[in-house]
Amino acid sequence: MSDTYQHLDVAIIEELRVVMGDNFSLLVDTFVSDSALRITGIYEAVTAATPESIRRAAHGFKGSASNMGAVRLAALCNELEQMGLAGGSDGAAALADDIAAAYAVVEKELTALR
Amino acid sequence: MTSSHIQSVDSVILIADDSDFDRLLLKSILKEQGHQVVEAVDGLDAVAVFDRERPQIVLLDALMPNMDGFEAARRIKLLAGEDLVPIIFLTSLQDAGSLARCLDAGGDDFLSKPYNPVILQAKINAFVRMSEMHKTMRDQRDEIASHNAHLLHQQNVAKKVFDRVAHAGCLDASNIQFTLSPAAVFNGDILLAGVSPTGNMTMLLGDFTGHGLDAAIGAMPLAEVFYSMLKKGFSLRDIIREINLKLCDILPVEIFCCAFFAEFDFNNNRVQVWNGGLPDCLIYSALDNTITRLPSRNVPLGIVPLVNLKDSIELHEVKEGDRLYAWSDGIIEAGNSDGEMFSEARLLKLFEGGGPKLDLFPTINAAVVDFIGEGTAGDDISLIEVTVVAPESFKVAIAETEGELSGGPDDWSLTYNLRREAIREFDPLPQLLQVLMQVPYLRQFGGQVFTVLSELYSNAVDHGILRLDSAIKNTPGGFSQYYRQRKRGLAALQEEEILIKLHYGGTATGGTLEITVKDSGAGFNYLTGAGQPISDSHKSGRGMHLVRSLCDSVNYLGVGNEVCAIFVWGNHKPRNPAIERVQ
Repeated sequence: MSDTYQHLDVAIIEELRVVMGDNFSLLVDTFVSDSALRITGIYEAVTAATPESIRRAAHGFKGSASNMGAVRLAALCNELEQMGLAGGSDGAAALADDIAAAYAVVEKELTALR
Repeated sequence: MTSSHIQSVDSVILIADDSDFDRLLLKSILKEQGHQVVEAVDGLDAVAVFDRERPQIVLLDALMPNMDGFEAARRIKLLAGEDLVPIIFLTSLQDAGSLARCLDAGGDDFLSKPYNPVILQAKINAFVRMSEMHKTMRDQRDEIASHNAHLLHQQNVAKKVFDRVAHAGCLDASNIQFTLSPAAVFNGDILLAGVSPTGNMTMLLGDFTGHGLDAAIGAMPLAEVFYSMLKKGFSLRDIIREINLKLCDILPVEIFCCAFFAEFDFNNNRVQVWNGGLPDCLIYSALDNTITRLPSRNVPLGIVPLVNLKDSIELHEVKEGDRLYAWSDGIIEAGNSDGEMFSEARLLKLFEGGGPKLDLFPTINAAVVDFIGEGTAGDDISLIEVTVVAPESFKVAIAETEGELSGGPDDWSLTYNLRREAIREFDPLPQLLQVLMQVPYLRQFGGQVFTVLSELYSNAVDHGILRLDSAIKNTPGGFSQYYRQRKRGLAALQEEEILIKLHYGGTATGGTLEITVKDSGAGFNYLTGAGQPISDSHKSGRGMHLVRSLCDSVNYLGVGNEVCAIFVWGNHKPRNPAIERVQ
C-alpha cells in the first residue's frame, strides 16, 4: 500500500523553500538530526515491545515526516502507530526496518535538493 | 503562496515543541509572517517562558516530556488571569475524539501537521481580533463600573439636599408615627407635615411614578410649595391647586404623583381630606372600633389642571383619640418569596374584629415585615398614622424666619373690597396675612392675628351676608346641612360686598393693628342683641369669645354690619375707635 506513495511531495518541498528562504538547508539538516533520534527511539520501543511506547515513537516521527513532505515515510509511521494503538507488536520489527529504509531514500533525495 | 497578514504591533507568539525540526519550521513560518517568536522545549519550559515573556498567543505541542501540553495549557491559563491568551494545540492526531480533547483541555484551537502556513496565519489573525475585542470589553466594563460609582455618589449628595427640603416640618410631632422604607437611594414616596398659622396640621403623602432620582426630583418643588404656602396660611384647596399646577408644568408626561392630603383642625375636631390616586386611606375610631374609608376620588397630581377642588375636598368630623392612616401602594404590593402580595384585604383585616385597638401602628409594621420574610420589598413602603389630639397637646415649635433689619413703614392702612365672585371663589385671608407678615414685629403674633381676621371674615360671610344660623351645627348631621346651605347661599349672591380694612401703626417696642370688616348685610341690633343670627352661648359662638380674648377691644358699628377689632402689643396705648369714627 505504501508503495503507492512517493518519497517526497514536490509541492510541499517548494512551499518549504519559500517559507525558509536561505534557511532551507538548515531545515534539512535539522530534519536529518531529528530523524536519527527518532529512528533510534522507534527501535528501542520495538525491542521493548510495549505498544504504547511504539505508538508514541511512531506518532512523533509521523509528524515531522509529514511536515517535511516525506509522504511514504509518514504513511509507514502511521501503520506502526496504528499497530501500537491496537495493542499489538507482531511485525513491528519488520515495519521498523521499512521505516529505516524509506528514511534512507528521503535523506538521499533531500541532500540532493539542499 | 503569499502570506497576507495584519501586522499586530505586539504579536509575540510562544512555540512549545520538543522536536527541533517542528519548532524550526513553525518559527520560520511565523517570522516570515511578521511575528516575533519565543520558544520552549517542553511543558515546564513553556510555562516558565510564558510567565517571563507574556506572549499574545501560544502554540503548544500536545505530547511533550516533562509536562504535556494539556497540563501546560492549564497552568498558562491560570497565569493569564483575566487576560485572554489563545492556546493552539499542535498535533498530528486526527481522530475527532483526540482533537476534541484538545479543546476540552483548555485549548482554543488546534493545528494539524503538516502545517499549512495559510491556515495558521488565518487562525492567528482571528485570535488577535478576538483578543482585541476582549480587551475593549474589559475596558468598557471598567469604565461603566467607574461611572456607576460616580452616579451613586452624586445621588447620595443629592439625597442630602433632598432630605433638608422634604423633611422640614413637623413629622416629629408627638401625635405622628410613620414608616418610610425606601427601595432605592431615593424614595419615590414623599411625606410632609406642617402647621399653619392658626395651628392646623396639614400632612401630605405622595407617591411619584417610578423609583430613584427621576421619581424623587419632582418632590423638591412640591415640598417647597407645600411648606411656603402652608406657612402663609393658604387654604388646603389653594395648596393642592398650586402644587398640581406646578407639577403639571414641570413634570414630563409620564411622571405624576398620587397623593393624599389631610388638614387637621384640632380646635374644631374635624379633618379635611383629599385623595388623588392613593389606595383607600382610613380613619379608625377606637371608641366604637369602626373605620371610615377615604377612597381616591380624584386624578393624581401633575396630570391635568384641577377644577372644582372645593367640591372634591371631603370634610369629616373626628373625636379626640381617632387615628388617621395613610399608605402608598408599596405596602399593598409587598411580596413574599412565594410571589404573593400582602394585599389590601390583609391590611384591612388588621383593623377589624376584636376590641378597640390601641397599637395598630406597630401591629401593621410587624405584619408586613413578617409577611415579606426572606423576600425583598420591591417597592417603597410608606405608612403614616396621625392621632387626633386636644389642641393644647399639639405643641410644635414653629421656626422663626430671619428678621429683616427694616421694619417697613410704621403707619399704613389697606382696604380690600370683595364682591360677588370674589366672595364665592376666593379666600382673601392668606394674601392679607402675607402683607401683615411682612412686618417683622407682627410675625410672632401671626397665629393670633390670623385667627382674628379669619373669624371676623367668616362671620361677615356666613352671618352678615348669608344669614346662616350656627345653631344648626349642633344638631346631628348639622355640619353637612350647614355647609350645603352655605354653598347654596354663595351661589345665589347678587350685589353683596365685603370690605376689609387694616390699619397698622407700630415700632419695635409696640404697636396697634386695627382690623375692620364691614358687610353689605342687614346687620343686627348689637346693643340689645335682637335680630342677631349668631348664638353666642354655644361652642359655635366660641369664635367671638376667642377674638375678644385676643384683642384689646372689639366693637360693633353702624347697623351691626361692621365690626372693628383692635390688636395691641408691647407698650402701645390703644386708640379709641369711637373718637376715630367721628373724624
